[in-house]
Amino acid sequence: MSLVASGSLECKFENAANPCGFPAPGSGIFFFDDLVSWEIYGTTVGINKVTILIAFAVVIVLGFFLYAFRKPQIVPKGAQNVGETGYLFIRDGIARDVIGKEGDKFVPFLFSFFFLVWIFNFLGILPFAQFPITSVFAIPVAFALIVYFTWVPLGIYRQGFGGFFKGMLFPPGVPKPMYVLLAPIEFISNIIVRPFTHAVRLFANMFAGHLLIATFSIAAYYLLTFTVIGIIGSAASFTMAVALTAFEILIQALQAYIFTLLTAVYISGALHAEH
Amino acid sequence: MSNFLTGQLMAAGGENEPMPSVLAVPIDELVVGLLAFFIVFGVLAKVALPKIKATLKERSDAIEGGLMQAEDAQAEAQRVLEEYRAALASAREEAAAIRTQAQADRAAIVEEARTEARAAAAAVTAQAEAQLAAERAQATSQLTRQVGEVAVALAGKVVGQSLTDDARVKSTVDSFLADLETQVAQRGAGA
Repeated sequence: MSLVASGSLECKFENAANPCGFPAPGSGIFFFDDLVSWEIYGTTVGINKVTILIAFAVVIVLGFFLYAFRKPQIVPKGAQNVGETGYLFIRDGIARDVIGKEGDKFVPFLFSFFFLVWIFNFLGILPFAQFPITSVFAIPVAFALIVYFTWVPLGIYRQGFGGFFKGMLFPPGVPKPMYVLLAPIEFISNIIVRPFTHAVRLFANMFAGHLLIATFSIAAYYLLTFTVIGIIGSAASFTMAVALTAFEILIQALQAYIFTLLTAVYISGALHAEH
Repeated sequence: MSNFLTGQLMAAGGENEPMPSVLAVPIDELVVGLLAFFIVFGVLAKVALPKIKATLKERSDAIEGGLMQAEDAQAEAQRVLEEYRAALASAREEAAAIRTQAQADRAAIVEEARTEARAAAAAVTAQAEAQLAAERAQATSQLTRQVGEVAVALAGKVVGQSLTDDARVKSTVDSFLADLETQVAQRGAGA
Protein backbone atom coordinates (compact mmCIF):
# COMPACT_ATOMS: atom_id res chain seq x y z
CA MET A 1 0.00 0.00 0.00
CA SER A 2 2.80 2.38 0.78
CA LEU A 3 3.96 2.13 -2.84
CA VAL A 4 0.60 3.18 -4.17
CA ALA A 5 -0.14 5.93 -1.73
CA SER A 6 3.42 7.10 -1.11
CA GLY A 7 3.76 10.59 0.19
CA SER A 8 0.84 12.04 2.00
CA LEU A 9 -1.39 9.09 2.73
CA GLU A 10 -5.01 9.99 2.99
CA CYS A 11 -7.61 7.49 3.92
CA LYS A 12 -10.47 7.74 1.41
CA PHE A 13 -12.43 4.86 2.80
CA GLU A 14 -12.94 4.00 6.40
CA ASN A 15 -12.93 0.40 7.30
CA ALA A 16 -12.56 -0.91 10.78
CA ALA A 17 -10.82 -4.10 9.70
CA ASN A 18 -8.34 -2.63 7.26
CA PRO A 19 -7.84 1.15 7.48
CA CYS A 20 -6.88 2.72 4.14
CA GLY A 21 -6.97 -0.66 2.37
CA PHE A 22 -8.50 -0.96 -1.13
CA PRO A 23 -12.22 -1.35 -0.59
CA ALA A 24 -12.79 -4.05 -3.19
CA PRO A 25 -16.49 -4.00 -4.05
CA GLY A 26 -18.22 -7.14 -2.94
CA SER A 27 -21.71 -8.48 -3.03
CA GLY A 28 -22.69 -5.51 -0.91
CA ILE A 29 -22.99 -3.28 -3.97
CA PHE A 30 -26.02 -5.30 -5.00
CA PHE A 31 -28.01 -4.50 -1.90
CA PHE A 32 -29.79 -1.27 -1.18
CA ASP A 33 -31.47 0.04 1.92
CA ASP A 34 -35.18 0.65 1.81
CA LEU A 35 -36.33 4.21 1.47
CA VAL A 36 -39.65 3.36 3.00
CA SER A 37 -40.85 0.03 4.27
CA TRP A 38 -43.95 -1.56 5.66
CA GLU A 39 -44.65 -4.56 7.79
CA ILE A 40 -47.08 -6.83 5.97
CA TYR A 41 -47.98 -10.07 7.74
CA GLY A 42 -44.66 -10.09 9.51
CA THR A 43 -42.60 -9.50 6.36
CA THR A 44 -40.83 -6.25 5.68
CA VAL A 45 -41.77 -4.88 2.28
CA GLY A 46 -39.93 -1.77 1.20
CA ILE A 47 -39.18 0.47 -1.71
CA ASN A 48 -35.50 0.73 -2.56
CA LYS A 49 -33.42 1.72 -5.57
CA VAL A 50 -34.12 -1.58 -7.34
CA THR A 51 -37.87 -1.14 -7.02
CA ILE A 52 -37.69 2.43 -8.28
CA LEU A 53 -35.49 1.45 -11.24
CA ILE A 54 -37.85 -1.38 -12.15
CA ALA A 55 -40.78 1.03 -12.15
CA PHE A 56 -38.71 3.49 -14.17
CA ALA A 57 -37.79 0.83 -16.75
CA VAL A 58 -41.40 -0.29 -17.07
CA VAL A 59 -42.48 3.30 -17.63
CA ILE A 60 -39.74 3.83 -20.21
CA VAL A 61 -40.54 0.69 -22.19
CA LEU A 62 -44.30 1.24 -22.10
CA GLY A 63 -43.98 4.98 -22.66
CA PHE A 64 -41.79 4.60 -25.69
CA PHE A 65 -43.84 1.94 -27.45
CA LEU A 66 -47.19 3.50 -26.60
CA TYR A 67 -45.87 6.76 -28.02
CA ALA A 68 -44.24 5.16 -31.06
CA PHE A 69 -47.30 3.07 -31.96
CA ARG A 70 -49.97 5.56 -30.86
CA LYS A 71 -51.17 6.23 -34.42
CA PRO A 72 -49.17 4.03 -36.75
CA GLN A 73 -48.92 5.26 -40.31
CA ILE A 74 -48.54 3.17 -43.43
CA VAL A 75 -45.46 5.22 -44.22
CA PRO A 76 -43.59 5.34 -40.91
CA LYS A 77 -41.49 8.14 -39.58
CA GLY A 78 -39.75 9.14 -36.38
CA ALA A 79 -40.40 7.02 -33.32
CA GLN A 80 -42.62 4.62 -35.28
CA ASN A 81 -39.67 3.79 -37.49
CA VAL A 82 -37.55 2.91 -34.47
CA GLY A 83 -40.34 0.93 -32.82
CA GLU A 84 -41.08 -0.90 -36.06
CA THR A 85 -37.46 -1.88 -36.45
CA GLY A 86 -37.66 -3.41 -32.97
CA TYR A 87 -40.92 -5.15 -33.79
CA LEU A 88 -39.66 -6.58 -37.06
CA PHE A 89 -36.42 -7.64 -35.39
CA ILE A 90 -38.40 -9.72 -32.90
CA ARG A 91 -40.97 -10.95 -35.41
CA ASP A 92 -38.67 -11.84 -38.29
CA GLY A 93 -35.36 -12.31 -36.50
CA ILE A 94 -36.60 -14.39 -33.59
CA ALA A 95 -40.26 -15.45 -33.72
CA ARG A 96 -40.53 -16.52 -37.37
CA ASP A 97 -36.94 -17.63 -37.59
CA VAL A 98 -37.02 -19.91 -34.55
CA ILE A 99 -40.67 -20.86 -34.07
CA GLY A 100 -41.77 -20.71 -37.69
CA LYS A 101 -45.30 -20.21 -38.98
CA GLU A 102 -46.82 -20.06 -35.51
CA GLY A 103 -44.23 -17.55 -34.38
CA ASP A 104 -46.43 -14.50 -34.91
CA LYS A 105 -48.58 -15.48 -31.93
CA PHE A 106 -45.63 -15.23 -29.59
CA VAL A 107 -44.30 -11.89 -30.82
CA PRO A 108 -45.78 -9.83 -27.92
CA PHE A 109 -44.40 -12.31 -25.41
CA LEU A 110 -40.90 -12.27 -26.89
CA PHE A 111 -41.09 -8.54 -27.58
CA SER A 112 -41.88 -7.77 -23.92
CA PHE A 113 -39.04 -9.94 -22.71
CA PHE A 114 -36.49 -8.51 -25.07
CA PHE A 115 -37.14 -4.85 -24.40
CA LEU A 116 -37.75 -5.21 -20.68
CA VAL A 117 -34.56 -7.21 -20.20
CA TRP A 118 -32.63 -4.86 -22.44
CA ILE A 119 -33.72 -1.76 -20.55
CA PHE A 120 -33.15 -3.50 -17.23
CA ASN A 121 -29.62 -4.28 -18.40
CA PHE A 122 -29.13 -0.84 -19.87
CA LEU A 123 -29.80 0.83 -16.53
CA GLY A 124 -26.36 -0.51 -15.58
CA ILE A 125 -24.67 2.23 -17.56
CA LEU A 126 -27.34 4.91 -17.48
CA PRO A 127 -25.85 7.79 -15.47
CA PHE A 128 -27.35 8.10 -11.96
CA ALA A 129 -29.14 4.74 -12.32
CA GLN A 130 -25.92 2.76 -12.91
CA PHE A 131 -27.33 -0.49 -11.71
CA PRO A 132 -28.40 -3.35 -13.96
CA ILE A 133 -31.58 -4.64 -12.41
CA THR A 134 -31.02 -8.07 -13.92
CA SER A 135 -28.03 -8.44 -11.59
CA VAL A 136 -30.57 -8.89 -8.81
CA PHE A 137 -31.03 -12.64 -9.06
CA ALA A 138 -34.74 -12.58 -8.25
CA ILE A 139 -35.51 -10.68 -11.48
CA PRO A 140 -34.00 -13.16 -13.99
CA VAL A 141 -35.49 -15.94 -11.86
CA ALA A 142 -38.92 -14.35 -12.16
CA PHE A 143 -38.53 -14.07 -15.94
CA ALA A 144 -37.16 -17.60 -16.30
CA LEU A 145 -40.09 -18.91 -14.24
CA ILE A 146 -42.56 -17.16 -16.53
CA VAL A 147 -40.87 -18.76 -19.53
CA TYR A 148 -40.73 -22.16 -17.81
CA PHE A 149 -44.39 -22.06 -16.88
CA THR A 150 -45.22 -21.06 -20.40
CA TRP A 151 -43.43 -23.69 -22.46
CA VAL A 152 -44.01 -26.72 -20.22
CA PRO A 153 -47.83 -26.39 -20.14
CA LEU A 154 -47.76 -25.39 -23.80
CA GLY A 155 -45.84 -28.55 -24.68
CA ILE A 156 -48.20 -30.73 -22.67
CA TYR A 157 -51.21 -29.03 -24.21
CA ARG A 158 -49.94 -29.37 -27.77
CA GLN A 159 -48.30 -32.79 -27.71
CA GLY A 160 -50.19 -34.43 -24.86
CA PHE A 161 -48.55 -35.35 -21.57
CA GLY A 162 -47.09 -38.60 -22.87
CA GLY A 163 -46.08 -37.21 -26.24
CA PHE A 164 -44.38 -34.23 -24.71
CA PHE A 165 -42.25 -36.23 -22.32
CA LYS A 166 -41.62 -39.04 -24.79
CA GLY A 167 -40.34 -36.54 -27.36
CA MET A 168 -38.16 -34.89 -24.76
CA LEU A 169 -36.76 -37.91 -22.94
CA PHE A 170 -36.51 -40.37 -25.82
CA PRO A 171 -35.17 -38.49 -28.82
CA PRO A 172 -35.36 -40.68 -31.94
CA GLY A 173 -32.31 -41.95 -33.76
CA VAL A 174 -30.53 -43.28 -30.67
CA PRO A 175 -29.74 -46.96 -29.99
CA LYS A 176 -32.34 -48.35 -27.56
CA PRO A 177 -29.99 -49.18 -24.64
CA MET A 178 -28.74 -45.61 -24.65
CA TYR A 179 -32.10 -44.42 -23.40
CA VAL A 180 -31.22 -45.79 -19.97
CA LEU A 181 -28.52 -43.16 -19.86
CA LEU A 182 -30.12 -40.53 -22.02
CA ALA A 183 -33.59 -40.22 -20.50
CA PRO A 184 -32.43 -39.15 -17.02
CA ILE A 185 -29.91 -36.74 -18.54
CA GLU A 186 -32.55 -35.21 -20.79
CA PHE A 187 -34.98 -34.95 -17.90
CA ILE A 188 -32.47 -33.19 -15.66
CA SER A 189 -31.17 -30.93 -18.39
CA ASN A 190 -34.57 -29.89 -19.74
CA ILE A 191 -36.90 -29.90 -16.78
CA ILE A 192 -34.65 -29.04 -13.86
CA VAL A 193 -31.51 -27.31 -15.09
CA ARG A 194 -32.95 -25.38 -18.01
CA PRO A 195 -34.86 -22.68 -16.09
CA PHE A 196 -31.91 -22.32 -13.75
CA THR A 197 -29.34 -21.80 -16.51
CA HIS A 198 -31.78 -19.54 -18.32
CA ALA A 199 -31.85 -17.25 -15.29
CA VAL A 200 -28.23 -17.61 -14.23
CA ARG A 201 -26.83 -16.86 -17.70
CA LEU A 202 -28.45 -13.44 -17.67
CA PHE A 203 -27.86 -12.77 -14.00
CA ALA A 204 -24.18 -13.76 -13.95
CA ASN A 205 -23.30 -11.71 -17.02
CA MET A 206 -24.85 -8.56 -15.64
CA PHE A 207 -23.56 -9.22 -12.16
CA ALA A 208 -19.98 -9.68 -13.34
CA GLY A 209 -20.16 -6.67 -15.65
CA HIS A 210 -21.42 -4.44 -12.88
CA LEU A 211 -18.80 -5.72 -10.48
CA LEU A 212 -16.00 -5.05 -12.99
CA ILE A 213 -17.16 -1.52 -13.72
CA ALA A 214 -17.54 -0.85 -10.02
CA THR A 215 -14.08 -2.24 -9.27
CA PHE A 216 -12.32 -0.09 -11.84
CA SER A 217 -14.38 2.98 -10.98
CA ILE A 218 -13.49 2.65 -7.30
CA ALA A 219 -9.88 1.97 -8.20
CA ALA A 220 -9.74 5.12 -10.31
CA TYR A 221 -10.89 7.10 -7.30
CA TYR A 222 -8.86 5.17 -4.76
CA LEU A 223 -5.58 5.43 -6.69
CA LEU A 224 -5.94 9.10 -7.44
CA THR A 225 -3.19 10.82 -5.48
CA PHE A 226 -1.07 13.57 -6.91
CA THR A 227 1.94 11.43 -7.53
CA VAL A 228 3.10 10.03 -10.86
CA ILE A 229 2.15 6.49 -10.02
CA GLY A 230 -1.12 7.64 -8.56
CA ILE A 231 -2.13 9.51 -11.70
CA ILE A 232 -1.05 6.73 -14.02
CA GLY A 233 -2.84 4.13 -11.95
CA SER A 234 -5.97 6.22 -11.71
CA ALA A 235 -6.00 7.05 -15.44
CA ALA A 236 -5.48 3.41 -16.35
CA SER A 237 -8.33 2.36 -14.09
CA PHE A 238 -10.58 5.06 -15.45
CA THR A 239 -9.79 4.05 -19.04
CA MET A 240 -10.58 0.48 -18.12
CA ALA A 241 -13.90 1.54 -16.57
CA VAL A 242 -14.84 3.43 -19.74
CA ALA A 243 -13.81 0.54 -21.99
CA LEU A 244 -15.79 -1.90 -19.85
CA THR A 245 -18.79 0.41 -19.99
CA ALA A 246 -18.63 0.33 -23.80
CA PHE A 247 -18.26 -3.44 -23.66
CA GLU A 248 -21.25 -3.63 -21.35
CA ILE A 249 -23.42 -1.93 -23.97
CA LEU A 250 -22.70 -4.88 -26.23
CA ILE A 251 -23.20 -7.46 -23.49
CA GLN A 252 -26.48 -5.90 -22.37
CA ALA A 253 -28.04 -6.13 -25.82
CA LEU A 254 -26.53 -9.56 -26.42
CA GLN A 255 -27.83 -11.01 -23.17
CA ALA A 256 -31.30 -9.62 -23.78
CA TYR A 257 -31.17 -11.21 -27.24
CA ILE A 258 -29.93 -14.54 -25.94
CA PHE A 259 -32.58 -14.62 -23.22
CA THR A 260 -35.31 -13.93 -25.78
CA LEU A 261 -33.86 -16.33 -28.33
CA LEU A 262 -33.75 -19.15 -25.78
CA THR A 263 -37.33 -18.37 -24.82
CA ALA A 264 -38.28 -18.77 -28.49
CA VAL A 265 -36.28 -22.02 -28.74
CA TYR A 266 -38.06 -23.48 -25.71
CA ILE A 267 -41.47 -22.48 -27.06
CA SER A 268 -40.59 -23.93 -30.45
CA GLY A 269 -39.56 -27.19 -28.81
CA ALA A 270 -42.87 -27.29 -26.95
CA LEU A 271 -44.88 -26.70 -30.15
CA HIS A 272 -43.21 -29.32 -32.33
CA ALA A 273 -41.86 -32.64 -31.15
CA GLU A 274 -38.10 -32.71 -31.39
CA HIS A 275 -36.57 -34.74 -34.16
CA MET B 1 -22.65 2.28 6.25
CA SER B 2 -26.07 2.87 4.94
CA ASN B 3 -26.76 4.04 1.45
CA PHE B 4 -29.72 3.65 -0.77
CA LEU B 5 -28.08 5.02 -3.90
CA THR B 6 -24.81 3.16 -4.30
CA GLY B 7 -25.34 0.01 -2.33
CA GLN B 8 -23.00 -0.99 0.47
CA LEU B 9 -19.43 -0.85 -0.68
CA MET B 10 -17.85 -2.97 2.02
CA ALA B 11 -19.16 -6.14 3.51
CA ALA B 12 -20.96 -5.27 6.63
CA GLY B 13 -18.85 -5.20 9.74
CA GLY B 14 -19.27 -7.35 12.76
CA GLU B 15 -21.82 -5.16 14.40
CA ASN B 16 -24.31 -5.34 11.47
CA GLU B 17 -26.33 -8.38 10.47
CA PRO B 18 -24.58 -10.63 7.88
CA MET B 19 -24.99 -9.79 4.17
CA PRO B 20 -27.52 -12.03 2.38
CA SER B 21 -26.34 -14.16 -0.53
CA VAL B 22 -26.58 -12.67 -4.01
CA LEU B 23 -28.23 -15.91 -5.09
CA ALA B 24 -31.02 -15.49 -2.58
CA VAL B 25 -34.43 -14.96 -4.13
CA PRO B 26 -36.54 -12.86 -1.79
CA ILE B 27 -40.21 -13.34 -2.50
CA ASP B 28 -40.92 -9.60 -2.69
CA GLU B 29 -38.31 -9.03 -5.41
CA LEU B 30 -39.64 -12.03 -7.29
CA VAL B 31 -43.14 -10.58 -7.13
CA VAL B 32 -41.89 -7.19 -8.33
CA GLY B 33 -40.13 -8.87 -11.26
CA LEU B 34 -43.26 -10.83 -12.20
CA LEU B 35 -45.40 -7.72 -11.91
CA ALA B 36 -43.01 -5.71 -14.07
CA PHE B 37 -43.20 -8.30 -16.84
CA PHE B 38 -46.95 -8.79 -16.71
CA ILE B 39 -47.62 -5.06 -16.76
CA VAL B 40 -45.36 -4.56 -19.79
CA PHE B 41 -46.65 -7.68 -21.51
CA GLY B 42 -50.28 -6.83 -20.82
CA VAL B 43 -50.12 -3.29 -22.08
CA LEU B 44 -47.95 -4.06 -25.11
CA ALA B 45 -49.95 -7.11 -26.13
CA LYS B 46 -53.32 -5.41 -25.71
CA VAL B 47 -52.64 -1.83 -26.79
CA ALA B 48 -49.42 -1.11 -28.62
CA LEU B 49 -48.55 -4.19 -30.63
CA PRO B 50 -51.95 -4.94 -32.23
CA LYS B 51 -51.86 -1.47 -33.75
CA ILE B 52 -48.46 -1.88 -35.33
CA LYS B 53 -49.36 -5.39 -36.43
CA ALA B 54 -52.44 -4.07 -38.19
CA THR B 55 -50.42 -1.28 -39.77
CA LEU B 56 -47.78 -3.67 -41.05
CA LYS B 57 -50.49 -5.88 -42.52
CA GLU B 58 -52.12 -2.87 -44.11
CA ARG B 59 -48.78 -1.88 -45.60
CA SER B 60 -48.05 -5.29 -47.05
CA ASP B 61 -51.62 -5.40 -48.37
CA ALA B 62 -51.13 -2.00 -49.96
CA ILE B 63 -47.93 -3.16 -51.63
CA GLU B 64 -49.52 -6.40 -52.79
CA GLY B 65 -52.60 -4.46 -53.90
CA GLY B 66 -50.42 -2.14 -55.95
CA LEU B 67 -48.74 -5.09 -57.59
CA MET B 68 -52.12 -6.67 -58.32
CA GLN B 69 -53.38 -3.44 -59.84
CA ALA B 70 -50.33 -3.23 -62.05
CA GLU B 71 -50.94 -6.82 -63.14
CA ASP B 72 -54.59 -6.00 -63.92
CA ALA B 73 -53.54 -2.99 -65.94
CA GLN B 74 -51.08 -5.10 -67.88
CA ALA B 75 -53.70 -7.76 -68.56
CA GLU B 76 -56.11 -5.06 -69.72
CA ALA B 77 -53.49 -3.62 -72.05
CA GLN B 78 -52.80 -7.10 -73.42
CA ARG B 79 -56.50 -7.68 -73.98
CA VAL B 80 -56.90 -4.37 -75.82
CA LEU B 81 -53.88 -5.20 -77.95
CA GLU B 82 -55.39 -8.57 -78.84
CA GLU B 83 -58.67 -6.91 -79.75
CA TYR B 84 -56.88 -4.40 -81.88
CA ARG B 85 -54.96 -7.14 -83.65
CA ALA B 86 -58.16 -9.12 -84.25
CA ALA B 87 -59.90 -6.02 -85.63
CA LEU B 88 -56.93 -5.31 -87.86
CA ALA B 89 -56.91 -8.88 -89.17
CA SER B 90 -60.65 -8.83 -89.91
CA ALA B 91 -60.29 -5.47 -91.63
CA ARG B 92 -57.51 -6.87 -93.78
CA GLU B 93 -59.65 -9.89 -94.65
CA GLU B 94 -62.52 -7.66 -95.55
CA ALA B 95 -60.30 -5.53 -97.74
CA ALA B 96 -58.98 -8.65 -99.47
CA ALA B 97 -62.54 -9.88 -100.03
CA ILE B 98 -63.55 -6.53 -101.44
CA ARG B 99 -60.55 -6.51 -103.74
CA THR B 100 -61.32 -10.03 -104.98
CA GLN B 101 -64.96 -9.06 -105.55
CA ALA B 102 -63.86 -5.96 -107.42
CA GLN B 103 -61.60 -8.00 -109.68
CA ALA B 104 -64.42 -10.40 -110.41
CA ASP B 105 -66.79 -7.48 -111.10
CA ARG B 106 -64.31 -5.83 -113.42
CA ALA B 107 -63.83 -9.02 -115.42
CA ALA B 108 -67.59 -9.42 -115.68
CA ILE B 109 -68.04 -5.80 -116.78
CA VAL B 110 -65.28 -6.08 -119.36
CA GLU B 111 -66.78 -9.27 -120.73
CA GLU B 112 -70.20 -7.69 -120.91
CA ALA B 113 -68.82 -4.65 -122.69
CA ARG B 114 -66.92 -6.84 -125.09
CA THR B 115 -70.03 -8.91 -125.86
CA GLU B 116 -72.06 -5.74 -126.38
CA ALA B 117 -69.39 -4.31 -128.67
CA ARG B 118 -69.24 -7.48 -130.66
CA ALA B 119 -73.01 -7.51 -131.02
CA ALA B 120 -73.00 -3.86 -132.08
CA ALA B 121 -70.25 -4.54 -134.59
CA ALA B 122 -72.16 -7.51 -135.98
CA ALA B 123 -75.28 -5.37 -136.29
CA VAL B 124 -73.37 -2.65 -138.12
CA THR B 125 -71.81 -5.22 -140.49
CA ALA B 126 -75.14 -6.83 -141.17
CA GLN B 127 -76.73 -3.48 -141.94
CA ALA B 128 -73.86 -2.51 -144.25
CA GLU B 129 -74.10 -5.81 -146.05
CA ALA B 130 -77.84 -5.43 -146.48
CA GLN B 131 -77.40 -1.93 -147.80
CA LEU B 132 -74.69 -3.08 -150.15
CA ALA B 133 -76.86 -5.85 -151.45
CA ALA B 134 -79.76 -3.47 -151.97
CA GLU B 135 -77.53 -1.01 -153.80
CA ARG B 136 -76.12 -3.75 -155.92
CA ALA B 137 -79.55 -4.94 -156.82
CA GLN B 138 -80.56 -1.39 -157.68
CA ALA B 139 -77.42 -0.84 -159.68
CA THR B 140 -77.89 -4.10 -161.55
CA SER B 141 -81.43 -3.31 -162.48
CA GLN B 142 -80.52 0.23 -163.53
CA LEU B 143 -77.55 -1.03 -165.49
CA THR B 144 -79.64 -3.63 -167.22
CA ARG B 145 -82.14 -0.98 -168.17
CA GLN B 146 -79.47 1.43 -169.45
CA VAL B 147 -77.51 -1.28 -171.25
CA GLY B 148 -80.71 -1.84 -173.28
CA GLU B 149 -81.01 1.85 -174.06
CA VAL B 150 -77.34 2.04 -174.96
CA ALA B 151 -77.62 -1.03 -177.13
CA VAL B 152 -80.54 0.57 -178.96
CA ALA B 153 -78.53 3.78 -179.39
CA LEU B 154 -75.52 1.85 -180.55
CA ALA B 155 -77.55 -0.16 -183.02
CA GLY B 156 -79.02 3.06 -184.42
CA LYS B 157 -75.54 4.51 -184.90
CA VAL B 158 -74.27 1.23 -186.40
CA VAL B 159 -77.16 1.19 -188.81
CA GLY B 160 -76.62 4.81 -189.80
CA GLN B 161 -73.05 4.26 -190.95
CA SER B 162 -71.33 1.91 -193.42
CA LEU B 163 -70.28 -1.35 -191.93
CA THR B 164 -67.57 -2.07 -194.53
CA ASP B 165 -65.00 0.16 -193.12
CA ASP B 166 -63.46 -1.92 -190.34
CA ALA B 167 -61.61 1.00 -188.99
CA ARG B 168 -64.77 3.04 -188.72
CA VAL B 169 -66.63 0.27 -187.00
CA LYS B 170 -63.77 -0.20 -184.63
CA SER B 171 -63.67 3.47 -183.66
CA THR B 172 -67.44 3.45 -183.13
CA VAL B 173 -67.23 0.53 -180.75
CA ASP B 174 -64.38 2.15 -178.93
CA SER B 175 -66.19 5.45 -178.54
CA PHE B 176 -69.23 3.50 -177.30
CA LEU B 177 -67.30 1.70 -174.70
CA ALA B 178 -65.63 4.92 -173.58
CA ASP B 179 -69.03 6.49 -173.36
CA LEU B 180 -70.24 3.57 -171.32
CA GLU B 181 -67.33 3.80 -168.95
CA THR B 182 -67.93 7.47 -168.43
CA GLN B 183 -71.53 6.81 -167.67
CA VAL B 184 -70.70 4.06 -165.18
CA ALA B 185 -68.12 6.29 -163.56
CA GLN B 186 -70.68 9.04 -163.24
CA ARG B 187 -73.20 6.63 -161.70
CA GLY B 188 -70.69 5.33 -159.28
CA ALA B 189 -69.86 8.86 -158.17
CA GLY B 190 -73.53 9.62 -157.99
CA ALA B 191 -74.25 6.53 -155.87
